[in-house]
Amino acid sequence: MKTRTGPIVEVRNIYKSYRRGTQTVPVLEDITFDIQEGEFLALMGPSGSGKSTLLNLIAGIDKADSGTITVGGIEITSLSETELAGWRATNVGFIFQFYNLIPVLTAFENVELPLLLTGLSRSGRREHVDLALKAVSLSDRADHYPSQLSGGQQQRVAIARAIITDPTILVADEPTGDLDRHSAEEILDLMERLVHELGKTVIMVTHDPRAAGKAHIIKHLEKGVLNSDVHSEDTL
Amino acid sequence: MFILKILFKNAFRHKLRTSLTVLGITIAVLAFGLLRTVVGAWYAGVEASSATRLVTRNAVSLVFFLPISYKEKIRQVPGVTEVGYSDWFGGVYKDEKNFFPNFATDAKTAIDLFPEFIIPADQKTAFLRDRKGAVVGRKTAERFGWKLGDIVTLKGTIFPGNWEFVIRGIYRGAQKSTDETQFFFHWSYLNESLKKTAPYRADKVGWFLIGVKSPDVAPDVAVTIDKMFKNSLAETITETEKAFQLSFISMTEAIVVVIRLVSFIVIVIIMAVMANTMAMTVRERTGEYAIMKTLGFGGWHISGLIFGESLVIAAIGCASGIALTFPAAKAFGDSLSQFFPVFIVARSTIYMDMAAGLIVATVAAVFPIWRAITLRIADGLRRIG
Ligand SMILES: Nc1ncnc2c1ncn2[C@@H]1O[C@H](COP(=O)(O)OP(=O)(O)O)[C@@H](O)[C@H]1O
Ligand SMILES: [Mg+2]
Repeated sequence: MKTRTGPIVEVRNIYKSYRRGTQTVPVLEDITFDIQEGEFLALMGPSGSGKSTLLNLIAGIDKADSGTITVGGIEITSLSETELAGWRATNVGFIFQFYNLIPVLTAFENVELPLLLTGLSRSGRREHVDLALKAVSLSDRADHYPSQLSGGQQQRVAIARAIITDPTILVADEPTGDLDRHSAEEILDLMERLVHELGKTVIMVTHDPRAAGKAHIIKHLEKGVLNSDVHSEDTL
Repeated sequence: MFILKILFKNAFRHKLRTSLTVLGITIAVLAFGLLRTVVGAWYAGVEASSATRLVTRNAVSLVFFLPISYKEKIRQVPGVTEVGYSDWFGGVYKDEKNFFPNFATDAKTAIDLFPEFIIPADQKTAFLRDRKGAVVGRKTAERFGWKLGDIVTLKGTIFPGNWEFVIRGIYRGAQKSTDETQFFFHWSYLNESLKKTAPYRADKVGWFLIGVKSPDVAPDVAVTIDKMFKNSLAETITETEKAFQLSFISMTEAIVVVIRLVSFIVIVIIMAVMANTMAMTVRERTGEYAIMKTLGFGGWHISGLIFGESLVIAAIGCASGIALTFPAAKAFGDSLSQFFPVFIVARSTIYMDMAAGLIVATVAAVFPIWRAITLRIADGLRRIG
């Protein structure tokens, strides 16, 4: 994967609309852009502008009406549902606004969950999970259930779950949207470290300028149209 | 392992709802088991009946009698080894509610014809010797605390008067399914009294009991006997004891059909309750299933989780229902022993309980599974936010 050249994500002429009753509501119109490997990209825009929709398309959990998306050399827009599921399992790490941990599983088990789909042995899985929890400084909370953790801690568990399979891209939809400022800072620092220290590619939807400030590149989505790149320094 | 944990934990996440559902299944399985056992008890006499015994009765109806003189004629039929006869006495012990079947019978042949009634040899002799002697089943003896030598008075309903008997024998059943509630005494005792008080009723019997060499000659013997009495004053119907018992039951067959029907309706109702529980459960967890799908888990995993959860709930309910069926059937059988001398939970009933549990679990899971599988991830996630 590292030998491949060119952008890690190529979005080409994406159109997406939703049906609302008899009406067709266009959400994304002719979106085209690239993301380079190791880049930290923030996607901004007003509520309802289609940020989540675009992120979902790149992450392979929704289908575009037309256009192509290529991630890590694979044209995901032409994969079947089943192929997409397999692709997501190893290529995408997800971080959501509301953490979305499984409440009946401990922090350890939540992080372990994606590894069940790999051929990894029990001890192999344990090793990986230990490392991931350590990376998010939660080794001492491995046996806690989500309800026993603060929002910030839960989001760190979610990040550990997202990186556990060493995915090609990390997608985050408003990862700090539900957190207080201090916890948000922690999460953003953690994401920065993932980019800088581990060379991860991160695509983050946010409408918090402070969060966007951590990114290398900020893209604005307005009424389904993408505005030209803005460098983070300019927005602050 | 991991999946099992999720599944069990999920099943008990909503403790009250799961407990109520489990309780519902327990009661449904219990009711189903008891109702089926009642039906089984109804047919117990048929099941236990012998294939080498024939019954000859009046062709018109059981309440019409046959002349005792038929006995010698029946004896002549090739294949017949023994001929006995009985009358339904219909005596009441103190109170109507103390019902147990009682017969006047030809004592000697009765003992030979019913090897499944086990009577100690000395009691047999004592019974045969005493004109007023009677033999009673273990259950009825225990019920009224009768011991050997006790004098028991039955009030006649068909044959008026107070009839005194001496308990000379207590029999026990050779099998679990043998009726241990019967009471029988010498037909000659009844007949002698009738000769004095109601001579027109004397020398008549309710039915003949016929022993045959082997089950395969039974049909021919039956035909020969009935032919013999064709165009006589009292035409006969001869059939195997099994058919005879069935003809008794057929009078009440409608009730049995209703009980069977109700037992299945109970299962259908609990199916609806369980389906509702699973539908609510899965609806609440839409977001979680969306997450698992996002992480790459497929339809099979999700189906397994939902079906497994349904199965856990159904299995717990079913197991407790089955466990409770035995003591309940015992209590039921004890208090209703006069109506159901044999009240045993059949193995087939347990298998049907299990099958019902499995079907309930499956049916309840089908719709939720379909919903979870067809759920679009983006929609599922949207619900959380
Ligand atoms: N499943 C859906 N059905 C109908 N409309 C939808 C659906 N998902 C999103 N939309 C609409 O598409 C638009 C963009 O939504 P979204 O991508 O969630 O916006 P953002 O994340 O930028 O707030 C909104 O108007 C939203 O109502
Ligand atoms: Mg959004």
